[in-house]
Amino acid sequence: MTVASDPAEGGTFRSAQGVRKVPLRHPWWWVGGVVLLLLIAMFVHLLVTNENMRWSVVLEYLFDAEILGGLVTTLELTVLAMVFGLALGILLAMMRLSANPLFRSVSWLWLWFFRGVPPLVQMVFWFNLATLIPELKLGIPFGPVLRSWDTNTVISSFSAAILGLALTESAYAAEMIRAGIQAVSKGQTEAALVIGMSTSQVMRRIVLPQALRIVIPPIGNDLISMLKFTSLVSVLATPDLLYSAQMIYSRNYKTIPLLLVATIWYLVLTTLLTVAQQHFEKRLTLTRATAGPAGNTRRLRFLPSFGKA
Amino acid sequence: MNLPLLRIEQVNKSFGRNHVLRDVSLDVHAGQVQCVIGPSGSGKSTLLRCVNWLEVPDSGHVYLEGEPIGFRWKGASLHEMTSAQLAVQRRQMGMVFQGFHLFPHRRVIENVTEGPIIVNGLDRKSAREQAMDLLSKVGLAEKADAFPESLSGGQMQRVAIARSLAMRPKLMLFDEPTSALDPELVGDVLDVMKDLAYEGMTMVVVTHEMAFARDVADHVVFMDGGCLVEAGPPEQIFAAPEHERTRSFLSRVL
Ligand SMILES: Nc1ncnc2c1ncn2[C@@H]1O[C@H](COP(=O)(O)OP(=O)(O)O)[C@@H](O)[C@H]1O
Ligand SMILES: [Mg+2]
Repeated sequence: MTVASDPAEGGTFRSAQGVRKVPLRHPWWWVGGVVLLLLIAMFVHLLVTNENMRWSVVLEYLFDAEILGGLVTTLELTVLAMVFGLALGILLAMMRLSANPLFRSVSWLWLWFFRGVPPLVQMVFWFNLATLIPELKLGIPFGPVLRSWDTNTVISSFSAAILGLALTESAYAAEMIRAGIQAVSKGQTEAALVIGMSTSQVMRRIVLPQALRIVIPPIGNDLISMLKFTSLVSVLATPDLLYSAQMIYSRNYKTIPLLLVATIWYLVLTTLLTVAQQHFEKRLTLTRATAGPAGNTRRLRFLPSFGKA
Repeated sequence: MNLPLLRIEQVNKSFGRNHVLRDVSLDVHAGQVQCVIGPSGSGKSTLLRCVNWLEVPDSGHVYLEGEPIGFRWKGASLHEMTSAQLAVQRRQMGMVFQGFHLFPHRRVIENVTEGPIIVNGLDRKSAREQAMDLLSKVGLAEKADAFPESLSGGQMQRVAIARSLAMRPKLMLFDEPTSALDPELVGDVLDVMKDLAYEGMTMVVVTHEMAFARDVADHVVFMDGGCLVEAGPPEQIFAAPEHERTRSFLSRVL
């Protein structure tokens, strides 16, 4: 059996060696690119030349004390709603995975309700809680009352906003965290149980840290959404970033420039969060194999830390 | 004979309609190495998991040093244990899984110190010293600061053994510790187990390594179809099995 080793055998062979090569051309890229550039140019032209934009006014108010105060309120709302939402979400996720059917049902109902009712409706509802329950009482169920508060003093527009945002977040976080917990293999739980850990130690030390790592990217997305959702509180007259801008333009009628101020700040915040999120995720996916020596073993125990902390 | 360290007494277990363990009884005395062999699906893993209550038997009992697992004597009756009480019992038994199950978010040394620190409340420094001793013993001291991900299967399994030993168990349960390993890595793990056996550790080993069973075990237990078919010293089981089922199994694996 012989194999033809010379490709030229039976025909003429043209070597490609040293011949000029013509790359494939993409004429539509150029057409599309030119159209896009044109549109961008028109848009920028509009932004710069439109009188109503009033960039000088934008600059004037960008660092206005009232705006900055609103910015702080927006950040406070975001952080508080997120923290409460996540804490509740962890609890709900564990209830959802519990062997107790009552826990499971309550968690299911909670998720059904708070995923179904828009946060804005909730906020208005919580804000008007006093008309439903005029007094909040602390005491023994169906028994004596130990203390009571006027609902209106407890539920400010700020706490109504937090409630609406946090409860909605709790429902979404619960589903993510449940998926994260379920993604941690059963073998992990068993390995921890057989070294004698209690069920709560297994959860705290072995399952949750691994689950949270899985859940960090979607939680990052939720945080960015939350930042934007806080602007809903302007309907409750909570002086957040948007409402502060609105208050100013209701006095001076410089509507568009002040909306631009708010827009710029929202963009700055979401950009910062996105960059932080990307940085964080990169850290998470860094192979642990490349991690250096454990010089510093005192790390954050709850939040993820791979390799060098 | 004196009280066995571990006694399994007429244990039955079903998964749905699948009757996986049928009236299995077994005594393991302190210092003994018992190897459990048998075809896959015969209930070997389930038997081990019933010992440390990862599976709860439908009927029958397991005793460690005469104390029933999962129950507490109160007067004349047995009360089911809380999970915290069960955790205390489990500390006395180590278990090594086929799939290692190291904690991926902890370094090798932290895998080993986790139990002593969190469960036993040992201080960090003594826990690390003890862990380093154990890691040297399984030949992995230099991997202490690595993450499990970077280890080979054989290394992971040796870390898993060290992690179990760190709790100073009275009894070690091994569920096919070398079945998930590349052939060339099996030897290292078996060597560690042999050392452990010679040091007098009481061990129940589910394995397909017949040479290990023959050389190291005091007793070999053959299971098939959820029944404990035959048990005895390795010379007897391997050379002169009484039951046809044992014979046909051995002819297939030897
Ligand atoms: N958690 C479980 N749920 C349902 N069936 C199971 C479970 N664990 C084991 N089984 C079944 O029990 C039988 C015995 O399994 P196992 O104890 O793992 O056998 P072995 O370890 O001897 O291979 C098998 O038929 C298996 O499918
Ligand atoms: Mg098995």
